[in-house]
Amino acid sequence: MVDFWFNYIWPVAWIVIKIVAIVIPVMLSVAYLTLAERKIIGGMQLRKGPNIVGPFGLLQPIADGLKLFLKETIIPSGASRGVFILAPCVTFVLALVAWSVIPFGDGMVLADINVGILFLFAISSLGVYGILMAGWASNSMYAFLGALRSAAQMVSYELAMGFIIITVLMCVGSLNLTDIVMAQKGEYGMLNWFGVLMFPMAVIFFISTLAETNRHPFDMPEAEAELVAGYNVEYSAMAFALFFLGEYANMILMSGMTSVLFLGGWLPPVDIAPFNMIPGPIWFAAKIAFCLFIFIWVRATFPRYRYDQLMRLGWKVFLPLSLAAVVIVASVLVAFDLAPQV
Amino acid sequence: MIQALAFYMFAFMTIASAILVISSRNPVHSVLFLILAFFNAAGLFVLLGAEFLAMILVVVYVGAVAVLFMFVVMMLDINFVEMRQGFLQYLPIGGLVGLILASELLTLAGSWIISPDASRVGAAPIPDGVTNTHALGQVLYTDYLYLFEAAGMILLVAMIGAIVLTHRRRTGVRKQVIADQLARHPADTIELRKVDSGRGI
Repeated sequence: MVDFWFNYIWPVAWIVIKIVAIVIPVMLSVAYLTLAERKIIGGMQLRKGPNIVGPFGLLQPIADGLKLFLKETIIPSGASRGVFILAPCVTFVLALVAWSVIPFGDGMVLADINVGILFLFAISSLGVYGILMAGWASNSMYAFLGALRSAAQMVSYELAMGFIIITVLMCVGSLNLTDIVMAQKGEYGMLNWFGVLMFPMAVIFFISTLAETNRHPFDMPEAEAELVAGYNVEYSAMAFALFFLGEYANMILMSGMTSVLFLGGWLPPVDIAPFNMIPGPIWFAAKIAFCLFIFIWVRATFPRYRYDQLMRLGWKVFLPLSLAAVVIVASVLVAFDLAPQV
Repeated sequence: MIQALAFYMFAFMTIASAILVISSRNPVHSVLFLILAFFNAAGLFVLLGAEFLAMILVVVYVGAVAVLFMFVVMMLDINFVEMRQGFLQYLPIGGLVGLILASELLTLAGSWIISPDASRVGAAPIPDGVTNTHALGQVLYTDYLYLFEAAGMILLVAMIGAIVLTHRRRTGVRKQVIADQLARHPADTIELRKVDSGRGI
């Protein structure tokens, strides 16, 4: 019995505890990301943003969540019921599953798998299914159009993202996320980060993540002016909330991915006394917050792309550029004998 | 024990969803079950210790190929009654193909039982102390580089062939020339004039 406890129950319970310790902060940051977004955009537009519920509007996300929770879930009569209900769950679960491989600090990772970056890439490429299923199951023209746009967009930008990831992997020599972060550690602090060494690729990657998460200026799937609200137009109450949570959790995830690949993960920017005393997870959170700020900044600044321009940017600009980046980085690594020895 | 449980779960789900792919009436549901089957196959790969293959299966088949399937199937306007009509007509051919596949699988499985060493001939074991990503890279890009390049060339030719076969030049289409658009200046197109009220230009 004791053996059974120590061999089966306790490891499983320990994993569940770790999962909860990851999921709850993620959910909380999703909630407060919505508030931050409204506050920051308010500030940029010389408004106050939400400031009524609680001090500085801090209880606003809770109030929003509660409101959505109390509303009635409506399933359209022409909808394909099973798929209609499954779609928001898929979006939400995929947005959370990917966090299992993100390293928050040295050794602070739920699953330290060898192919971590591929796992992240695979999960982020699955995000399109939630949207496609929602669009198709809603049995509505606007939702369907939004879903088709989104699918085409996500497939296009994934290619550029994949090639940029390959350039980083060539410099690292491993697909493990912890190795990717440790490869950016060096005596020059943040000058060793891939975001500094390969700045153009970092920019392309970030823009691709904007497109991958369907954020401004690439938020074609939910262009209000053309499609009412896009793929989620028929959703209400908690089903809608799941889409919303999934979308914002994806934003945070993509920011985390950018931090790991280009901003040195949990490493301090300068490896001297006051900076390297701050624990790694706090640096990681700060870097994620920095990326999220740019997400919101872009939203407040840029007009929406036209759909054909978006496709042109993905296929005719980013894809050749990132392919060229792969060739150039590989050539440099071979020519100067910098390739990592595994 | 947990591994065995996971194996039976993945194996059962793979087979069940594969059966549902061919038996469900709605083609979109079929594609969704196909995706589920791919996913569980990836789980089986992970259990085998081939995590790279598992991830590539998800990225390529689920993330790209099945999206295109889904696209096509969603856009199709299929008449289900018409589709069912040819069922009996095609049954013998389909049955024959299935029979051949099944007998080949049985032959393979039988050869493993007859000579247990046979399975070891085909499979190259992963060298010790090397991840399977590394081992695959070694095989593809170092040991068999030229064959790999040849395969790439064949795929490239196939791709170009597909484009040549399906590309058509339509007349009367006005194409957007981005360079021309970017080369325009406000001064070329906009003229500011001071208009006296009540006069017009």
